[in-house]
Amino acid sequence: EPLKIGKQSKLAGDETVTPFETVSTYNNYYEFGTDKEDPSRNAHTLKTRPWTLSVEGECEAPAQVALDDLLKPAALEERIYRHRCVEAWSIVVPWVGIPLGETLKRFKPTSKAKYVAFETIYDKQQMPEARWSGLQLPYVEGLRIDEAMHPLAFLSVGMYGKTLPNQNGAPLRLTVPWKYGFKSIKSIVRIRFVEAMPPTTWNRLQSSEYGFYSNVNPQVQHPRWSQRSERRLGELFKRDTLMFNGYPEVASLYAGMDLKKFY
Amino acid sequence: MADATSAWRRPLLYWRLAAWAIALLPAVHLAKWIAQARLGPNPVETLEHYTGLWGLRLLLLCLAMTPLRKITQRSEPIQIRRLLGLWAFAWLCVHFSIYLTFDLEWSPVQLAEDLVKRTYITLGFVGWLLLLPLAITSTRGWQRRLKRTWSRLHTLIYAAALLGGLHFFWLVKSDVREPLVYLALYGLLMAARIGGAILRAPKKPTP
Repeated sequence: EPLKIGKQSKLAGDETVTPFETVSTYNNYYEFGTDKEDPSRNAHTLKTRPWTLSVEGECEAPAQVALDDLLKPAALEERIYRHRCVEAWSIVVPWVGIPLGETLKRFKPTSKAKYVAFETIYDKQQMPEARWSGLQLPYVEGLRIDEAMHPLAFLSVGMYGKTLPNQNGAPLRLTVPWKYGFKSIKSIVRIRFVEAMPPTTWNRLQSSEYGFYSNVNPQVQHPRWSQRSERRLGELFKRDTLMFNGYPEVASLYAGMDLKKFY
Repeated sequence: MADATSAWRRPLLYWRLAAWAIALLPAVHLAKWIAQARLGPNPVETLEHYTGLWGLRLLLLCLAMTPLRKITQRSEPIQIRRLLGLWAFAWLCVHFSIYLTFDLEWSPVQLAEDLVKRTYITLGFVGWLLLLPLAITSTRGWQRRLKRTWSRLHTLIYAAALLGGLHFFWLVKSDVREPLVYLALYGLLMAARIGGAILRAPKKPTP
């Protein structure tokens, strides 16, 4: 389904956009299988309409919002971002969506809202492969409130000018370009404003490998992949990984923090 | 030991052809995928995984030859064992070279870092290293020279295959079903060996 797009921003320099075919067939979405090509084969069972987002917790205006109502107040934007997976591959994607921060403000988070917790839909009927994922489901992720309010944080409903394919996290997903891909949680059904740091799925499984912050950082070594370099899909050799995935404007969020400790 | 003409007796010829067909199957697949540009969005990863998987499969097939001789009461399985072992090693060399070329661009510093910091790479590398002397001493000349040491040396394949299976297991992030299948096969083949040895033991003449 084609989407009507207002503003367009190129936020990946002059880098070439990765072909749609690649981005829609090479996915990590373990609820639909753990091989990269599994989600594109299996995710058609996900029912993305009607879709209700529940916004709860430390806020003055909690609500159950239908996706269409969530999107109504603002025009859709296109943003071309780099996307870097913790597995040392990367892509450049034209996402379509709305800024996360402005959207969250509508629910009036209180001063107790120090973090934002996100949750993916979990329905065994729609996700028969999920039981083999090895993950504790539903998939959960989180951001610190100031990270969520950062202008780069984005909620995507489409890519390449069209509605998101299910395997890419339809109908609503997070897009946080300066963090490893697994932070950008897919098919969101619940957002909660919370006071304490919320649990996150990969951190629960293996905390030594996946931290809460998981900022793209070539200086912080990972037990499985050297994070110094990455393979842009479509290229044979690796290229250097950039600090914060090439988004230095987020550095101030972490001023004074030891990023080796808070990885 | 069979003489030169009997080595090409019909049954052995068929066994040999079958072994070559299996060993070259990945080459056929890869050639087809490359020709049709069907290596997927991450061709390097596809090549790496596929060649590694076949290296492991052929190692396990090699280990299956001793039990197969017992079951079939034929000598051919043992006669094609070297062929299978060498092809396993060949595919693992391709696997390793792809990693060295495209992931590390032959940087010794990066290899050292991976070997120290990433357990699955350490396991795979040690497995490959253990196979190296086996490939070198796979000729008849070496077999004669080393006498009984040769068979003892070649039991290193037990460790190498286990390391290969663990290398696969450690690489996977959370869904370990596939590597577990290979580790289970390994366990089964080792159990068949140990079981066979125990059954044979009483038959030995007492001194």
